Amino acid sequence: MCTMYCPRPVVDAYNERLEITRAPHIDYAQAIPSSYYIDAKACLRVNFETCNLCAQTCTAGAIDFSQKPKNLELEVGAVVLTPGFGRVDSSVLEKFGYGKYPDVLTAFEFERLTCASGPTEGHIVRPSDNRPPRKIAFLQCIGSRDETCGNGYCSSVCCMYAIKEASVAKEHEPDLDVSIFFMDVRTQGKGFDDARKRAQEKYGINVIRARVPRVDQVDGRLALTWTTDDGKHHSGIFDMVVLSVGLESPEDAEALSKIADIKLNNYNFCSTRVDSPLSTSRDGVFVAGAFQGPKDIPESVTQASGVAAIASELLAEARNSQTVSITYPEENKALEEQEPRIGIFVCHCGVNIAGVVDVKAVRDYAASLPGVVLYEDPLYSCSQDALKGIAEKIRDNNLNRVVIAACSPRTHEPLFQETLRSVGLNPALVEMANIRDQCAWVHAQEPEAATEKAKDLVRMAAAKARLLTPLEQPTVDVTPGALVLGGGAAGMSAALSIADQGYSVTIVEKSRHLGGNLRRLQWTTDGQDARKVMEDMISSVESHPGIEVLTGSTVEAISGYVGNFTSTVSQGKKNRLINHGVTVIATGAREYKPRSYAYGESTRIVTQLELEEKLARGKSFLKNARNIVMIQCVGSRGDDMSHCSRLCCTQAVKNALKLKELKPDCRIYILYRDMRTYGFHEDAYREAREKGVIFLRYSTDKKPQVIKQARGIKVRAFDRLLGEEIEIPANLVVLSAGIAPGDNQELSKILKAPLTPEGFFLEAHAKLRPVEIAVDGVYLCGLAHGPKSLEESVAQAKAAAAKATIPLAKGKVAVAPIVSHVDQDACIGCGICESLCPFNAIRLSKVGKRKKAQTITASCKGCGICASHCPTIAISMGGFTDQAIMAQIHAFSGRQCDEG
Amino acid sequence: MAKSGAIMVLGGGVAGVQAALDLADLGYYVYIVEKKASIGGVMAQLDKTFPTNDCAL
Repeated sequence: MCTMYCPRPVVDAYNERLEITRAPHIDYAQAIPSSYYIDAKACLRVNFETCNLCAQTCTAGAIDFSQKPKNLELEVGAVVLTPGFGRVDSSVLEKFGYGKYPDVLTAFEFERLTCASGPTEGHIVRPSDNRPPRKIAFLQCIGSRDETCGNGYCSSVCCMYAIKEASVAKEHEPDLDVSIFFMDVRTQGKGFDDARKRAQEKYGINVIRARVPRVDQVDGRLALTWTTDDGKHHSGIFDMVVLSVGLESPEDAEALSKIADIKLNNYNFCSTRVDSPLSTSRDGVFVAGAFQGPKDIPESVTQASGVAAIASELLAEARNSQTVSITYPEENKALEEQEPRIGIFVCHCGVNIAGVVDVKAVRDYAASLPGVVLYEDPLYSCSQDALKGIAEKIRDNNLNRVVIAACSPRTHEPLFQETLRSVGLNPALVEMANIRDQCAWVHAQEPEAATEKAKDLVRMAAAKARLLTPLEQPTVDVTPGALVLGGGAAGMSAALSIADQGYSVTIVEKSRHLGGNLRRLQWTTDGQDARKVMEDMISSVESHPGIEVLTGSTVEAISGYVGNFTSTVSQGKKNRLINHGVTVIATGAREYKPRSYAYGESTRIVTQLELEEKLARGKSFLKNARNIVMIQCVGSRGDDMSHCSRLCCTQAVKNALKLKELKPDCRIYILYRDMRTYGFHEDAYREAREKGVIFLRYSTDKKPQVIKQARGIKVRAFDRLLGEEIEIPANLVVLSAGIAPGDNQELSKILKAPLTPEGFFLEAHAKLRPVEIAVDGVYLCGLAHGPKSLEESVAQAKAAAAKATIPLAKGKVAVAPIVSHVDQDACIGCGICESLCPFNAIRLSKVGKRKKAQTITASCKGCGICASHCPTIAISMGGFTDQAIMAQIHAFSGRQCDEG
Repeated sequence: MAKSGAIMVLGGGVAGVQAALDLADLGYYVYIVEKKASIGGVMAQLDKTFPTNDCAL
């Protein structure tokens, strides 16, 4: 109401100023908190003491103009800075016609155009004439890698979001012609190169390697000219230009640095060190996310968990001193046992469902189903006030079963289960029908059929709901210790964090020393002595009373489940049993051993790490080195391994600068495919170019060749600018050998921890659960997860430590109620279930004289594989009884029969 | 002086929210301080996310 009656229009910042809203508004329907707010800068009442319309029309009486800003004083033990990033100044964008030509948009604006909740409901149209564009150009590195605007760094995320937005645009409009103008394609994240390839192949997105200097308007369309690296000039006309704007430091970074008394770097981001990336220059003040340096969502989430661990290390003694615990009303068992009284809520999900499915028709249909006493259609059933409404309706109508026809139970069921608990109902008494994904989305073109299918799903859910029974929610105690597998930088960082948070840790290291790959590194990318970083870490670990180090040891077996693992550690001849509550995988990876470029044929053909080791022994071998050639992507991105090894570009640039420092007159060539010196590493890349390092790009069809001759080495490479092959007599060839996964197969089997196709461990969810794996109580960090820098390994190790410490700190773990149950009388002990369980959650053990299967409830994820394969139907699933599933099937076929 | 078991998180974007959730799970009281009227930051403005094109909201 307030928004409707307000006479004051304001630009909608949430929709990137592409739409108008009113002074009182809500940014988006699912906003948390879910209340409307008044834009005080625009409000007539606040500024001129006039109007007051909204306060008068608000039926809830929720607008109170007598409120004044208040200063609060909070006493805290630590501060975490996560202010995010700022936007590139519009003066930078003006060069590209932004502000002057309406069809030049920023990528943020374009994002809102593609979004169903955006100003055009997901229709991509030109702002100038509201017509769909036919040709779109994305220009990369706007306000990034650009010293003219003071942003010399790479923003690290724009390549990915441009590819994503281009793909989404092609999904919306398959006939669109989309081009992306890159300098280097920087998709160095885990699995990102594959996604880029898929996007290029599936959607036919043109990738043009050129930097477009300016945008002009010609006859209402946009003209671009560019030069490719073969020296040729090109031009083209487009209907829309999207500027892939970079991430800047927050606008108030300087003010924040003064208030918090922390140091900023030369780009006004928070200054941190490679070996302690989440600590600011002030004790007790920590940082995570884009303010620490431009980064993507998975890395921000990882750092955020990591920063939680560091703050927890500092404040361990005050743990639980200020928290309050939620209490739930006692379960109303009498109500649960009564005849089913079902409430059905059919969600609009804004236009997500209601745009296709006739939600009101489905709601009215629900009324006819047996047992249904209440039927409604909330706009967003997951919003805070809708949940409150559902809770009230359950109470007022004495409901004892609830059906939510909305989206996926995978993401939203816990929310509704919580709602049931809050009113004294067992959380197992809610059933969801996914009419968004399974109706509105997949049948977007057939609204009538989608509506009919939604009715089917609701009828089936109601049939099942009638047979739902309350389930116990048991908890199990946790052994307060961690086992960390691997004693490299990641393993040691994780161990130190868990131990500093007050829990005992055992590190199991295969080799005879701690240190891992860090033992081979000589200096860090921020110029520190890597040996010293490692020695400090090792001495902290070895002197920590809470950490036990077992070197020359391997894990032979791990049994148990979250909270109660028992591991068999082999130390040469003897074995030892260790009980622990959680497990951290930090087993690392290794430098790839090249199989090409004449590696092994000469002592003057080495890998980057071998070069560092050589340099550590002295620089005499450089005496006659006039030409040094580095070759990138050796093993990575196609040769032997499909993945990008992420850090070789930075490592090559770092070592090239070191060589230039030691021997200024040497000539260094770096032969590369894309220079992926993301983030602040771009500075080193620029410095290398300024110092005369020669960068030559090669393509996979014209790879360089290394030829070992009787005297010396010859490198052949194709110079794109000259358009011909050149020959470099090299005194030293350095191969940027990528990062190969360790021997993870065995451990993967022991832990039932899945691997990626490349052989690294697979996280549970790239963004939401980046340091967890599918098995509860097992966490992942460092190179075992995928290639990453020392800085990233340390941050990820802290994140794994935070996640691993959560069950230790709670002391108990709740077991999911949906677990399998074996009928001991019917079980014939065949073992099929044990061999198929992906979570190690069902075991055969002797019961009396015979073997019987038993569920380890703490590990069971309720996937149902065991139940579906049991030949004697001895296994049933809580929440998915055979009876309930049969009722669902009958409910479905019942309608088929009626119609037949 | 006894240490406080409370922590302030400045900024309610995806990093701030994740840090707050983990800190709360670890047994600390958390204050999230956010300039805007709602939390979620830039991620709440995104439609899909790279590389899986999952819904960002």
